[in-house]
Amino acid sequence: MVAVTERMRATVGEAPRLVLTLIKREVWDTLRDWRIIVPIVILTLFFPALMSFVANMALDWVAEYGAPIVGERMLPFLLMVVGFFPISFSLVIALETFVGEKERRSLEPLLATPLTDAQLYLGKTLAAMLPPLLAAYLGITVYLTGLHFFKGWSPPPILLVLVVLLTTAEGLVMVSGAVVISSQTTSVRAANLLASFIIIPMTLLIQGEAIIMFWANYGVLWWVVLFLVVVDVILVRMGIHIFNREELLGREIDQLNVASLWRKFCGYLRWEPWFFGLDLQKMPAWLRWLGMVGGLYGRDIPAILRRSWLALAVVVIGLLFSAGIGYDFATRYQLPPGVLQLENVSAETFSELPAVDWLPVFTVWGVLLNNVRSLMAAALLAVFSFGTLAVALLMAPLAIVFFFVTQAAYVGYSPALFFAAFVLPHGLLELPAATIATALAVRLGAAFMSPPRGMTVSDGWLWALADFVKVFIALLLPLLVLAAAVEVRVTPTIVAWAFGG
Amino acid sequence: MGSVVVLQSAVLIAMIDLVGLTKRFDGFTAVDRVTLSVAPGEILALLGPNGAGKTTTVRVLAAILRPTMGHAFVAGYSVTEHAQEVRRRVGLLTEYPGLYLRMRGEDYLDFFGRLMGLDADECERRARELLARFGMPEAWDQRMGTYSKGMRQKMALVRAMLHDPPVLLLDEPTSAMDPHSAKLVRDTVRSLRHHRRAIVICTHNLAEAEALASRIAIIRRGRIIALGTPAELKARLLGPSLMELRLLHPTDGVVNLISDLVKVEVQGENWLRYATANPQETNPLLLQTLAAYGVGVITLSEVPRSLEDVYLRVVEE
Repeated sequence: MVAVTERMRATVGEAPRLVLTLIKREVWDTLRDWRIIVPIVILTLFFPALMSFVANMALDWVAEYGAPIVGERMLPFLLMVVGFFPISFSLVIALETFVGEKERRSLEPLLATPLTDAQLYLGKTLAAMLPPLLAAYLGITVYLTGLHFFKGWSPPPILLVLVVLLTTAEGLVMVSGAVVISSQTTSVRAANLLASFIIIPMTLLIQGEAIIMFWANYGVLWWVVLFLVVVDVILVRMGIHIFNREELLGREIDQLNVASLWRKFCGYLRWEPWFFGLDLQKMPAWLRWLGMVGGLYGRDIPAILRRSWLALAVVVIGLLFSAGIGYDFATRYQLPPGVLQLENVSAETFSELPAVDWLPVFTVWGVLLNNVRSLMAAALLAVFSFGTLAVALLMAPLAIVFFFVTQAAYVGYSPALFFAAFVLPHGLLELPAATIATALAVRLGAAFMSPPRGMTVSDGWLWALADFVKVFIALLLPLLVLAAAVEVRVTPTIVAWAFGG
Repeated sequence: MGSVVVLQSAVLIAMIDLVGLTKRFDGFTAVDRVTLSVAPGEILALLGPNGAGKTTTVRVLAAILRPTMGHAFVAGYSVTEHAQEVRRRVGLLTEYPGLYLRMRGEDYLDFFGRLMGLDADECERRARELLARFGMPEAWDQRMGTYSKGMRQKMALVRAMLHDPPVLLLDEPTSAMDPHSAKLVRDTVRSLRHHRRAIVICTHNLAEAEALASRIAIIRRGRIIALGTPAELKARLLGPSLMELRLLHPTDGVVNLISDLVKVEVQGENWLRYATANPQETNPLLLQTLAAYGVGVITLSEVPRSLEDVYLRVVEE
């Protein structure tokens, strides 16, 4: 038998060698597909040269009409455009990367090699990125060379670094997102349809970047780069977590088995009866329901909260951050004198609040409905944003609260008393409820990115949904009802007592 | 780790060991509590209707799919705990060749050779040797898109054998091949039978299975419903051997002469058939009796029974 070359493994290091072998083949394959190469060459050489020429003409033209600033702003904008166009091809390559191989039946031999899942993912991702990214850098070089010769214009080094980073981060976002799609679909057609989830946000982002470029506030673009890097990290982590060869090969058709999903969901909703260690079978039949209650509140909900600790920590950190934001805005934008006058406040003042359109009707039902609606919206948004928008939605009212607490301090009220009177009575119930609901919503979004070990994405998501539904109905809804009652019946009285004349 | 060590020391006994292997997909059981072992030097044919679980079993053995329950060991390594080690030791011929059609044979084999840990020189030597053995040395320089169906299948087989693995899993190795190529592949597989190598073949070609396999496992709905050598399966499932006696004269009266020795199942003008569980003893006695009565015998032969009969009997039950 042929012995595998141990020396080679030992000297080069097997993992990088395997990944490089894969990258080499993938890039090689891409470079032999004229349908990819021809447009890339056009966008890399012809288009940047044309842009350079157009920019040169446009500069002269706008200068004739006394608007040289338009030309000046256009040059960096076109720099971004010539970088972005070639990397848009990375999306096409990455979308095809797994599902295309699956359709051509060439995936199984690859999966039978010693490549690990992570090596496969990494190799495919890098291979999809490299040719378009190099083309983008080349395009930028061609454009800048042209401008240098035509006009003697060179961008400030920091702007060039910014555009290169922006281009790279955009490429990685598109590729990592597309690889996730490619590994989770069963046909190239389905992958192309799902690519809208990448194309639409990227289009909006590019439009935003264009506006910033014309506004010439390049500092804002660093935040865009930071945002893209965060998204990159999330998508790459998500890709590594949910990528596995079994899913790639095991799923033959995109079949939505609703009955099976429903059965699984119902299974996750169930819990074991328990009542302080008593033998429930020996209890009278009419008391056995205590086992269900004991099991839910004594065992199941605490277990859910324990396994949601990371999401809870994220939400708590978000809340602390929102307090900081509220304080920061209050210090920068102080309210004019007389706006925050609490001397004449009374319990009735609160019932006049419905006059403000965006606030709920100040009744128990109105407040409860508003809170439930907000938390449901947070859960829904969490699904589409890996959980981030749920946290943002909770942070917003908290930032407003701390904005007013700080303003109260500026006009001479005790901030502690302000907080204790306006927020604490119902907040003692509402804040924990909202925090837990948001944490469970975060899990709903994070399940896509990082399903629990041993679970598929759909199983992990159904598990998170069952946890959300169970805790919301059994724990949070009662807390929110109580909080709404306290907010409407008790808080106004306390505020009037603390501040009113 | 303990189990691995034990199994590695037991490599000589079983190169492939499945214990209660079960694989489920969303409520559908593809492989159901399969227990099976394949010794080094053995060729096992997996037979079964489409969707019986053959390909799923092979994919588990290749460490592509993870068992839902039970254990699978290949060359002493668990497919779940040491998947990479298993993949290094397995050569998989997939149901479809799955080649990269834009690549040339040289580049393709170099790619897979490197993934399997071969260096460039060794890879080229092995690849050229195998291509020559399959009668297609010209494939080295050609783009695989220009290959015929048979060439593609042979190239996939070369890919599977490139690193000379101790376990070969061949899913329909001769499908899409012309008779000459199929024979070439069968001869190659036969020549690959090696005292340190186990081969598993999934096939619908029963004649091929009978010609190549030392043992045959028939799978239906994920379960092994028959396992044994072709001869054992025939004896077990089709009953005792059926003998055909052809005489010089009509059979009138002959049946009575031999009624103490055998029970005649069917007869024609000058022939008859009887079943016997022990032909070594029965046939000489029968011939002596017939000779004693002066009955002329043209031939006495066993009625051939194909594996197809066994297969159909088992699958239709």
